[in-house]
Amino acid sequence: MISIKNLHVSVGDKPILKGVNLEIPAGEVHAIMGPNGAGKSTLSHVLSGKEGYTVTEGSVTYKGQDLLALEPEMRAREGVFLAFQYPVEIPGVSNIYLLKAALNAMRKHHGKDEVDALDFLTMVKGKIKALEMDEKFLYRAVNEGFSGGEKKRNEILQAAILEPSFCILDETDSGLDIDALKVVSKGVNALRDEARSFLMITHYQRLLDYITPDVVHVLADGKIVKSGGPELALELEAKGYHWVEEQVA
Amino acid sequence: MSSSAEEIEKVIGQKYKEGFVTEIEVETFEPGLNEDIIARLSAIKGEPEFMLQYRLQAFRHWQTLEEPDWAQLNIDPIDYQAISYYSAPKKDSEKPQSLDEVDPELLDTYKKLGIPLDEQERLAGVAVDAVFDSVSVATTFKGKLKDAGVIFCPISEALQEYPELVKQYLGTVVSEKDNFFASLNAAVFTDGSFVYIPKGVRCPMELSTYFRINAANTGQFERTLIIADDDSHVSYLEGCTAPMRDENQLHAAVVELVAMNNAEIKYSTVQNWYPGDENGVGGIYNFVTKRAECRGDNSKVSWTQVETGSAITWKYPSCVLLGDNSVGEFYSVAVTNNYQQADTGTKMIHIGKNTSSTIISKGISAGKSQNTYRGLVKVAKSAENARNYTQCDSLLVGDTCGAHTFPYVEVKQPSAQVEHEATTSKISEDQLFFCQQRGISAEDAVSMIVNGFCKSVFKELPMEFAVEAQALLGLSLEGSVG
Repeated sequence: MISIKNLHVSVGDKPILKGVNLEIPAGEVHAIMGPNGAGKSTLSHVLSGKEGYTVTEGSVTYKGQDLLALEPEMRAREGVFLAFQYPVEIPGVSNIYLLKAALNAMRKHHGKDEVDALDFLTMVKGKIKALEMDEKFLYRAVNEGFSGGEKKRNEILQAAILEPSFCILDETDSGLDIDALKVVSKGVNALRDEARSFLMITHYQRLLDYITPDVVHVLADGKIVKSGGPELALELEAKGYHWVEEQVA
Repeated sequence: MSSSAEEIEKVIGQKYKEGFVTEIEVETFEPGLNEDIIARLSAIKGEPEFMLQYRLQAFRHWQTLEEPDWAQLNIDPIDYQAISYYSAPKKDSEKPQSLDEVDPELLDTYKKLGIPLDEQERLAGVAVDAVFDSVSVATTFKGKLKDAGVIFCPISEALQEYPELVKQYLGTVVSEKDNFFASLNAAVFTDGSFVYIPKGVRCPMELSTYFRINAANTGQFERTLIIADDDSHVSYLEGCTAPMRDENQLHAAVVELVAMNNAEIKYSTVQNWYPGDENGVGGIYNFVTKRAECRGDNSKVSWTQVETGSAITWKYPSCVLLGDNSVGEFYSVAVTNNYQQADTGTKMIHIGKNTSSTIISKGISAGKSQNTYRGLVKVAKSAENARNYTQCDSLLVGDTCGAHTFPYVEVKQPSAQVEHEATTSKISEDQLFFCQQRGISAEDAVSMIVNGFCKSVFKELPMEFAVEAQALLGLSLEGSVG
């Protein structure tokens, strides 16, 4: 699905990622853990095409294409989805309008007609129920006045509707209480299938109790320093990031 | 500049599509303003004597006045003697009796502007009065309106056919001594629309006037007078465009509305005069006095304006709420880009008991433009239980433009309730990136955000205009689902 090779990224003159190598085959869930400042969010931003980052070396191949050459909206239309750590508010634009505009942009890109309004509503109402969200969220402005948990659920709702191939979850567990975490995890697990890959970025092991990854990577100082199965997360939780950093040093 | 900021510029700064010039033979007065010119103007229009006297009185008063300079505007000096005060397409007959007699060049001009005047293609349900420079060239659906008792015609025609009616109301809301530009207009106005809705009549269709400035070095001075008699209702729309020219052109209009007992007037404007180029060269100077009097009890006047054009806009559509329980509303979207300047807002004057007013103003500034809201809410001692709600929101695009808000509140009645809310926001890079990450291009994202920002005003516009207004902002229609 996605192949990251020797990726070096700077912000201004400051190198943040210093040679990241990562392969995520279709259908797998990979978790990236790491201490603050390791470059986790930089990786999610670079993959989704946010401005302000300079790729100085390396490549990212997604479904056989050079991902870094694509505009952010083209990456999205090709199936790259970022669930934001801090979803923005867009006053005056209703959630359902945004969802429909996004879905139609994607359909148009793939040569399909715009979605029928009634079919769309039926589909959205089914998905919103699964995320235990109230229908009234559809008619409120995007994220405006939403609680932290509501914003994160809203991100997953968007993923459920857009059905991406490659889904990046950036600290999706931050700011969630345990009940919200369960609902969000359930939503993510429902999206897991053979054709869809996930890159799950998290600081804590907690999320991995609910979404079991196939592979866990540890990112420290701009590099992946250790990879392993789900048990690696537990080991990290017990021994702290310090343990990995010492091993590498 | 980052690429998303460029996208914003691209969307807001679309080329002016109505900037073409119509090649047509015209009769134009030589530049200059004096009593002779006014007499000639009045004569060419075949006006009754009282009008000439009214004009001269206004002109004599105007000469004692100075241009107002209290607005947040930088205006190059205007040479009033360098302007021509009358320009009209030449025609053989006195007045075209049917559209077949109207110059095809003119019909073509309106067609290009999306205002078909010919019988088959007329906008369904909308009667149009088309004003070209100083004269009205066509009015559609006159017959059908007459059947309902509604008078809708050029004001020059009304002065000939219904002089008493015009005399009774003209200048009673905006006097010829009201202000510098209103006095100038009273002296030299050339055409505009006249509407009279008789008692108990609900006007069967939308009425609309489309103003077009074509000639160079000419000012347009239009005058509109709308009277809604007891228990009547009318919705009126106004649109404006002009060719692209390097020199500034003057447009000084006066609009007077009178609403009697239980009458309702809805007045909507989409103002798209040529705004000047990206370096601030050319463009229309738009100095307009618009005022409504809610004379009757339970009357209501609603102003909705979408202001995207003009180099300078100076305009404060107001409501004088005389009748008890009368209602005034003002909904405004003002967009400025490049070097455009707008100083616009409203005045709500509460005099009757239980009068209420609502002001919703949305200002969008981009480029190096300056956008000012200026509003007055005045509650007289007599206005028991008056209420006002004001909401002023500004949206900044980029960091070289300015947004300003000057609310004035004068309350002399202790039972009055006056509320004012104001916000300023900016389209952020994070909002654009979020939308792009969902597959929506930056261009469409800006449209969506600006549309969302203006939604509470656009929903007040009649359907035909709402679409035009959104297209004007270069935006796709915000659809609704469910």
